[in-house]
Amino acid sequence: MNNNVNACPIVAKHIKIALVGQPNVGKSMLINSISNAHLHVGNFSGVTVDKTEVLFDYKNYHFIIVDLPGTYALNDYTIEERVTSEYLIENNYDLIVNVVDSTNLEKNLQLTSELLSVGKKIVIALNMSDEADKEGININVQYMSQLLGIACVKVSAATKEGITDLIDSIINEFEIQSIEHKLIFSEAVEEEVTKIANYLNKHKYKDDNSHRNIAINLLKNNKATYAKLHHDPIWIELQPILIDASKHIELHHDSNDVKEAFASEYAAFNKGIVVEVLEDKNKVEKKTLTDKIDNVLIHPILGIPIFLFLMWGLFQLTFEIGAIPMDYIDAFFGWFGDTIGATISNNDMRSLIVDGIIAGVGAVVLFVPNIIILFVGIALLESTGYMSRVAFLLDGFFHKFGLHGQSFIPLVTGFGCSIPAYMSARILKNDRDRLLTLFIIGFMSCGARLPVYVLFVGAFFTPSMAGNILFFIYIGGAILGLIAAKILKMTAFKGTDEPFVMEMPKYRLPSLKLIWHTVFTKTMMYLKKAGTFIAAASMLVWFLSNYPHNLILEEKYEGKIELASNKSEKLTLENTLAEELLEQSYLGSIGKFSEPLFEPLGFDWKMSVALQTGLAAKEVVVSTLGVLYSLGGDVDEENNSLINAISKNIPFASAVAFIVVIMIYLPCLAASVVFTREAGGVKYFFYLIGFTSIVAYSLAFIAYRLTLLITS
Amino acid sequence: MKKLSECKKACKVKVVKLNASSELRQRLISFGIMKEATIEILEYAPAKSTIEIKVGKTRIALRSKEAELIEVEKYEQ
Repeated sequence: MNNNVNACPIVAKHIKIALVGQPNVGKSMLINSISNAHLHVGNFSGVTVDKTEVLFDYKNYHFIIVDLPGTYALNDYTIEERVTSEYLIENNYDLIVNVVDSTNLEKNLQLTSELLSVGKKIVIALNMSDEADKEGININVQYMSQLLGIACVKVSAATKEGITDLIDSIINEFEIQSIEHKLIFSEAVEEEVTKIANYLNKHKYKDDNSHRNIAINLLKNNKATYAKLHHDPIWIELQPILIDASKHIELHHDSNDVKEAFASEYAAFNKGIVVEVLEDKNKVEKKTLTDKIDNVLIHPILGIPIFLFLMWGLFQLTFEIGAIPMDYIDAFFGWFGDTIGATISNNDMRSLIVDGIIAGVGAVVLFVPNIIILFVGIALLESTGYMSRVAFLLDGFFHKFGLHGQSFIPLVTGFGCSIPAYMSARILKNDRDRLLTLFIIGFMSCGARLPVYVLFVGAFFTPSMAGNILFFIYIGGAILGLIAAKILKMTAFKGTDEPFVMEMPKYRLPSLKLIWHTVFTKTMMYLKKAGTFIAAASMLVWFLSNYPHNLILEEKYEGKIELASNKSEKLTLENTLAEELLEQSYLGSIGKFSEPLFEPLGFDWKMSVALQTGLAAKEVVVSTLGVLYSLGGDVDEENNSLINAISKNIPFASAVAFIVVIMIYLPCLAASVVFTREAGGVKYFFYLIGFTSIVAYSLAFIAYRLTLLITS
Repeated sequence: MKKLSECKKACKVKVVKLNASSELRQRLISFGIMKEATIEILEYAPAKSTIEIKVGKTRIALRSKEAELIEVEKYEQ
């Protein structure tokens, strides 16, 4: 929070904090409030899937906060939960900050009470205290601290209330000697815990954790604790004592599962705490806002139509509003190219700057308004809590196609960008479900493909139809994805279904700041990519399409052009020259070489090249077309926009096939790398290439033939 | 005694037994679905494939197949 005070890295004390809490309690947002970091925030479980470290300085301390994925309990049900519980046990850190949702204290304490036996200092951050105030919930913080033996602080990540108190408490806790946490079980369990602790004490067993905590962890079957003690000679004597103790506890709880017995113990303890410290002014339960909204949004009949309507509306807006600034941006780059071009005397240099970089980057920047609207839509979906509702509505439908309801979350993220989507597939517990979802994510058209769609849809359809077509492309991609999932599930990923148990978060009105922030960051990333990666790719494409120079061809045409009788004949000849020069360039050769492969789909060599450069990034498809058509002969002076060039040069059926390939074929280079990492092997990458190429090619072929048939 | 999947919308029930496998049971417990917990049935998804329930203050979605594994009885205040 106070970044101007830079603690000296050598003298300053380092405090390493593990930030732990149940999913969706605002851990990442709290870090953002503390340190001005910019972690991704959403309103569903599983936004953070890997641990992230954030550094900041305050007073004379150097803080390292490790943001761990949310976990309901210390077990390893999903990959992200495993990340958290392993980190807490195996890594070195100074203290745990347990983030708790003040509006749902009892459930959150389930994790807290488990943390008590980890053997680390703890500070509890009672987050969302502003929301709790509004709901009439009052927590007696001092009393709670006393009962648990832990410092508890009321904070609100949203309003930044109590943040300084929290950091001061952390420093305070860091400096004092650790006090024993107060976790009390029923008599029967206490008896067994004491017995085992005494045994460890008698044999002077050495460990960082207290004997009482070790005893508790052993009794609740904590694997790591077992592994540690297993190699110790005392194990032989300890084992029968443990078996006896477990039996006694199970008997006491009338259960055959000691973990279940402990869950009841914890629940009873938590209930006790809540009764003591919590004052809820709304004794009578009334309908909350969430209940009312849910009555409509997850209505058994209306729910799905409402969702489809909202998606349709989003794509309408994407096209309609996005089109308004487009002309201005287009005009700006045209003017910018002319102005810059006029100042450069060297022909090659001018062509590189104007036809290469400006045309390429301009073609990508043109679509920034569309991208912004799409990102706003996704940010709203993520931050309001609606996403989990849709997962609930669609689970039955998804299930029929062999997908897990929770797959919906990575799939929707995929509409923004495939990379975070691949990462968020980690919320799926089962490896088969996760792999299946990874293969399907590519079918959800990412933001980078939007420019290609908008370009082609704009070229072939009237503005009133364009939004519908865009919606159709996206939904079509999703449906293809479902069908592909079904096929994969029946062949490659056979297996039993995993259970579906998911928390539905409360609806929250996202703050403008949050939406602005998310959209701004993503848009800047898009622009940055346009300015660096796309600009470089455009230069490369320009170079490949300008060299080698063919002087004989140029001389031959120059003679003809001089002899031309009128202006229009001259222009035609100039255009033919440019076209022929382009065809014999390096890029032309590549395009010509691969043309036979793409001919059955109706692609000319320029489209073939654009598809190949698009393997680097989907935006490059647009910038390549931009360069190729601005160099090529068909762009005359009055009519120089790319959209017009496309509609003039590409037959409708070929355009349809092109869109189909873009919808399906391999995601960009960066996404492929992440895919390979998440899938866990290079072989999966080759499967992905094979799978997407075959599907894309065959469907594009069918689409091409069908369109030809219909339009002829 | 009946299964959670057989309960009607807006019903309030008490959990008697979890018949799930050890792993799923852990999962259910970590969501607060355990013996003695009270559950309110909020909504059924189309074709009753999925159920939304409320445990304490938490809303949870689960499939009917999972709900079949939860034995409940009528909640009496």
